[in-house]
Amino acid sequence: MISREKRAAASAAASPYAHLTYQHRLNFYDEPPRYNITLDEFESCAIDRLRILSEIESCLARNRSPEDMKTVIDAQCRKFLPLDANTASKLVDVDAQRKRDHLGHFVLRLAFCRSEELRRRFVKSETMLFRIRYELADQNEVNQFLESKKFAWEKASNGELQSLKSELIAVHPRLPWPENGSPPAYYKVNWTSVPDLVAQRKVLLRLGKAYVPATEQESIVLQEFQERIESNLDRTAKALPRLDEDDRILPILGHLADGLLAGIPMDSSFAVTEGDGVTITADMIEDLSRKHFPLCMRNLHDNLRKDKHLKHAGRLQYTLFLKGFGLTLDEAIVFWRKSYRGGKVKDDDFNKEYKYNIRHSYGQEGKRADYPPMNCARIITSQQPSAQESHGCPFKHFSIENLDTALLTKYGSCGMNSSALPEINKYVKDGHYHVACTRVYEITHNIRKGEGLGGGESVTHPNLYARRSMDAAKVLIKAETAPVDPSAMVEG
Amino acid sequence: MASKDDAMNVDYDVSQPQVMFQFYKRLYPYQAIFHWLNQDHAPSRLFTHREFAFTLQGDVYLRYQSFATAEEFQREVCRRSPTRFEIGAIYNARPKDKKVMRPGALQPQRRELVFDIDMTDYDSVRTCCTDKKICARCWGFIAAAVRVLDSGLRNQFGYRQLLWVYSGRRGIHCWVSDAAAMDLTDDQRRALMAWLEVVKGSKDTAKKVNVRFKNGELHPALSSAVRILNPKEGDPATRWNFDGLILHDQDCFKNQEQWEDLLKLLGNADIADSLRKTWQSDTERTSRRKWEDLVKELRKRDKKTQSSVLHAMEEIILQYMYPRLDMEVSKHRNHLLKAPFCVHPSTGRVCVPVDPATVDDFDPERVPTVGQLLSELDRLDGVPGGWEKTSLKPYVEMLERHAQGIIQEARQGRKAAQSLEF
Repeated sequence: MISREKRAAASAAASPYAHLTYQHRLNFYDEPPRYNITLDEFESCAIDRLRILSEIESCLARNRSPEDMKTVIDAQCRKFLPLDANTASKLVDVDAQRKRDHLGHFVLRLAFCRSEELRRRFVKSETMLFRIRYELADQNEVNQFLESKKFAWEKASNGELQSLKSELIAVHPRLPWPENGSPPAYYKVNWTSVPDLVAQRKVLLRLGKAYVPATEQESIVLQEFQERIESNLDRTAKALPRLDEDDRILPILGHLADGLLAGIPMDSSFAVTEGDGVTITADMIEDLSRKHFPLCMRNLHDNLRKDKHLKHAGRLQYTLFLKGFGLTLDEAIVFWRKSYRGGKVKDDDFNKEYKYNIRHSYGQEGKRADYPPMNCARIITSQQPSAQESHGCPFKHFSIENLDTALLTKYGSCGMNSSALPEINKYVKDGHYHVACTRVYEITHNIRKGEGLGGGESVTHPNLYARRSMDAAKVLIKAETAPVDPSAMVEG
Repeated sequence: MASKDDAMNVDYDVSQPQVMFQFYKRLYPYQAIFHWLNQDHAPSRLFTHREFAFTLQGDVYLRYQSFATAEEFQREVCRRSPTRFEIGAIYNARPKDKKVMRPGALQPQRRELVFDIDMTDYDSVRTCCTDKKICARCWGFIAAAVRVLDSGLRNQFGYRQLLWVYSGRRGIHCWVSDAAAMDLTDDQRRALMAWLEVVKGSKDTAKKVNVRFKNGELHPALSSAVRILNPKEGDPATRWNFDGLILHDQDCFKNQEQWEDLLKLLGNADIADSLRKTWQSDTERTSRRKWEDLVKELRKRDKKTQSSVLHAMEEIILQYMYPRLDMEVSKHRNHLLKAPFCVHPSTGRVCVPVDPATVDDFDPERVPTVGQLLSELDRLDGVPGGWEKTSLKPYVEMLERHAQGIIQEARQGRKAAQSLEF
């Protein structure tokens, strides 16, 4: 044992990466961060990580194949939570990346230790994230990492293996047993350390011990990871009430937990980009809503047409969406005035009360805040709409029957049909509302299943849905009228 | 024997609360049950934090009962005189405090690993009885299942404290009390059940066993199951093996529908055709002879066919005899299972422990009934005495011996843990 430690220490000293604070790309998160951080770092690291975990959850909900999932999550990680190998340490600041990874995990641990449900989901998606990283990592790197953890795994002795030879070969026929040499390497662990291998009968069991080929080491590592996270989460949960907290951190933690429950990070925001050539006017909304709006907004729009009125919460949701969609303040006033015409609100009242609200939403009244369009998390977690209200997320707030009818009447002309409903209903029943919405997008835009809004991304914001839909149409029009313009493709 | 007892037992109707009260007051072995669950002499969390659930007259179901001592347990059982009661998990608090706790705060933590095998799951293969009935003959399926499961749990998983209990009508339960088994999480229980599950599929699936690796091999655990069910020469003799039970006693391939199933499972149309010809002309041919026909037919074929059909034959053995487990019972720690020594409400039989070594000879019809036991007490003419004066005695002693074994092992486990600490 001592000699192995010494060897490890010696090799670490000799390693060209000895100067790094975080020696390894992979992390078991045994050690909490012991340094000062700003509140801003605290929140931003957590949000970026939450994005990844949410994407993992939605991949699992959509039954993506492991390979698919690896690609999708790897791409997302590169974007939000890059984590490079030691070999890249000359080009990028790997320590900074690893610090963000480390910090994000611990913040989320604080946020998600509070209920059984949150803990379970957190453990599952964290383990999946670790697995993806583990599988994508270079074998050398993995070995160094495992060496550093000094696991007390027992190697099965050769004599023992020889006596079990025929049975071991029956379970693992592809492992080579040299004629006169020593048998292949096997670990001997309690069977409870490798439940997934046991469930598939991929190991030999003798008196409670599982003989795991060294090539299946991943299973042991993952189980070890999962168990540590589980027990650490339990400990965190017990310690949390004693956290001497001013009111800076708890609200952030609550916010993050809501994000995971909604399946989407709370801060999925949508940047309004201007000057993409098209000005949206009030008259265009009617037509565009049929083609490009997600169900929540279609529902608000159609109700507005029908009743010539929307209740406050719906009005707010729709106004902000249209703002994000590109409707200017002046056009918005025109749009709402027209929409209310003929209803119970007279022009006078409109000018007195409603106009103020619209201007307020555009940051032109009151404290002049530029309110961002609501994201899915906010819409899903909003107050359940009452009978006269029509805000919220139809996937969450409609009954299944009403949802199905709405989908068929509103999107029937774009390819929605009743054969697609059972799948969508299943997502809804499992609480994966944004996955259901993503599937609707795929069907109505004639996109292969799993592609989502592009590259496997799920719907996290109604404006993103509308934007992607518009972009897709643009590409299509350009492709029909002119030779393909590469810049348009990139933009899409 | 049965007829004489029946005449004497007329007065004892199990559905009468006073009969159950008499049973609980004079016969139920509280101490043995307490020792078995508690794994120690002084009450521990294994007992005090343990859930009991009572089924009262009129199907009133009372969950989350718990008791501080064996005496309180006895008092409450007598007071309630339930038609039966069940044993559940050990929780993080006393289950009876559930109502004063935060919702969801009461969580199951440990629990014996339990199994339930029910004869109804064998209706598609057994030929002697159907539905709720069971006889000494169809007990053969249960006996075979017990042998396979008992050996698997001991040799593969290394468990030693197994208690087999007749369920009172047409099945058997198994309780595993080893510390390692008590500690299993739900995920681990699920994994263990996946390991054990072999016969899958509904009525409409002809081939219910698909367990081979891609290269055609069977997992050694399943090869050994096949060997237990169909022993080779020189293996310990058993009464209820494939030949004795399926081919002879149950005659499972007697009529056309049955042997067509067999032919289908062979997966070789050529052999099936030639056998069909012989069998159609001889309606009286026994299953044993049909199996011999198959073996003879096989000898004429080339190596490749032989090996594929031999594989199919192993799978047929598994499909007809491998334990058919009620998966849900075993997967979750909070699942309840009827306590040993309860009385089955419709048969009046007591759920007695069964020794796996002699399971072949167990006859469910000879298990003592409440009526019989109370009559035995009546014959004492007022001499005080409980179960030890009746034919329940050997069964209670079996449980007590088992419990003492567990207590001893638990004590050794504690000692070992202590010596590690110092």
